[in-house]
Amino acid sequence: METVTRVHARNLVAWAEDKPTVLVLSADLTGSTEIDLFRDTYPERFFSMGMAEQNMLSFAGGLAREGLYPFVHTFAVFIYRRAYDQIADSIAYPRLPVRLFGFLPGVTTPGGATHQAIEDIAVMRSLPNLTVVEVGDATDVETLLDPVQAVDGPVYVRMLRGEIPRLFPADEPLQLGRARRLHGGTDITLLSSGICTEEALRAASALADRGVSIEHLHVSTLKPFDDDSVAEAVAKPRYGVITMENHTVLGGLGTATAELMATLGVGKPLVRIGIQDEFLHGASRPYLMREYGLDAISLVRAVEALVKQDLAIGETDLLAVRLEEVHSAAKAEAL
Amino acid sequence: MRSSITAGQSWIDDVHRAAHAVRRRVLDHTIKNNGGYLSQACSSAETLATLYLRVMRLGPSVSPRIPPPFPGVPKPGRETYTGAGYNGAHAPELDRLYFSAVHYALPLYATLIETGRMDEQGLEQFNRDGSTVEMIGAEHSPGLELTGGSLGQTLSQAGGVALARRLRGDSGRQWVYMSDGEFQSGQTWEAVQALTYHKIDNLTAYVDVNGQQCDGKMTDVMNIEPLQSRLEAFGARVVPADGHDPEQLAAPAELTPDGRPLFVLAYTNPCQGMPLLEQRRPKLHYVRFKSDAERAEYQAMLREMSAPTSGG
Repeated sequence: METVTRVHARNLVAWAEDKPTVLVLSADLTGSTEIDLFRDTYPERFFSMGMAEQNMLSFAGGLAREGLYPFVHTFAVFIYRRAYDQIADSIAYPRLPVRLFGFLPGVTTPGGATHQAIEDIAVMRSLPNLTVVEVGDATDVETLLDPVQAVDGPVYVRMLRGEIPRLFPADEPLQLGRARRLHGGTDITLLSSGICTEEALRAASALADRGVSIEHLHVSTLKPFDDDSVAEAVAKPRYGVITMENHTVLGGLGTATAELMATLGVGKPLVRIGIQDEFLHGASRPYLMREYGLDAISLVRAVEALVKQDLAIGETDLLAVRLEEVHSAAKAEAL
Repeated sequence: MRSSITAGQSWIDDVHRAAHAVRRRVLDHTIKNNGGYLSQACSSAETLATLYLRVMRLGPSVSPRIPPPFPGVPKPGRETYTGAGYNGAHAPELDRLYFSAVHYALPLYATLIETGRMDEQGLEQFNRDGSTVEMIGAEHSPGLELTGGSLGQTLSQAGGVALARRLRGDSGRQWVYMSDGEFQSGQTWEAVQALTYHKIDNLTAYVDVNGQQCDGKMTDVMNIEPLQSRLEAFGARVVPADGHDPEQLAAPAELTPDGRPLFVLAYTNPCQGMPLLEQRRPKLHYVRFKSDAERAEYQAMLREMSAPTSGG
């Protein structure tokens, strides 16, 4: 599998070249959120706001009122936890086109509970006027800026950085409100988001070998959650639906899917793989994915539970885990 | 619009007349509704009148003299509506008012009436269902264009506007009206440090330093003084003023911007012009009459304030 480094850093600079109303705001995490290249290329459009996120978010609202497009970059927790009141009143209520790029979703950082965004989608989904997007690969990251910028209102992006796998063809851009169909099948519908899509793909061939037919969609738009292809996919499996997300099962992809299935009257079981209503702690991504049951083998166990059959799949039957260096040139620091 | 100081004292008289009328109108409204933000009118009347009649370069109101019904909250497919039009059209050379102390909405509405920007009938919609003339003003309320109700956010938002207008080359300035209680909030200080760091000098904040907040006297709740030296330590330009003296209030606005955000600390008396309020200290935030007798006393005060000789 191809991996690409610092995708957003280069992509943002190229994309913003002919967009003079696009500004970037930073809260002392310029290298860590891959906006250093933007700062160096367009210093007049880069504003350092310091470690003061509440002011930064309200400030962004003011800039947006005057026809500018603030692209706010920091770790996700410092957006939705630290400055929630400011997002609600200064950005979401007036429906201003501020673009919020939140980094370090869930298990992607060993930074511990203070740095790991585990309920950001739940929080941002519940805020009126907000659009919520999550990326899962290098193609998503490379191609999300056009659709995000086309949104008439604020957008929260759950972002990836550093070394990112390319799972989807580079010429198939992310589309808002449209899931990527990765595999067709009739036994189980699997909806995965973010880094869980890569993890789910590790189990794909083993499950196929055992004769389990899986409809697999990669979901990037968490709000609005009105994709017809998702509605069709959850309605058709023989055994049930599995959601898989690097996020608490309360309020994210699993919850949105449950709401959709209940609304549609789909009377099939739903297994929600995700963080089961507890905090994470500082450890590596593979360690945390195993500990919290977000890994490929957890998906296999969920499939087994739905088809009520032991599929005799062990760790050795899965594709190898792609390991990222904690100390990597692709990231500004080990976080 | 500004007039030359050499034209005489007329603008000062105008400010005093308008301030007196604002107090009278807010008192009248409070008596009729058995409750209101009286002390806010007492402390803010001269500052608001000075801003509207002397300091701010605003065009004439472009909004209906009687506020139309609330068209609804912003949502997809609906045009966002603000009350900014009461302060005139947006134009590169014109100023903006960003009103942070939104629980002072009643004195703001009264000021709009006394400065000819809103019809007095508009106040009859105050706190009525389906109206924009809300008790705690929001961005759709007359004279407002930001949603600052949680307090501490307007200075930051106005900072963003000020920066955007500087980038665009607009000559118009931003005037923020805020309360001293907002200096207990961390975001206010984040805003001050950002304004000074980014050298935003097309923004001036008038602060009503009345020493009062919801729980009572600020020094009994959380002290913010010495406010001038705290702000100066952050790099701001600060001018203290007697908040009931129009000349002292207007003078800082004439200073040539020097790269620093300007804070005018308007030291005020929350009972100014309504001596009866003194009996209610230390809790002045909201007045609801405790008895018919008290209400009658305030009615007598209103009659006195309405006498032709009162208030100039």
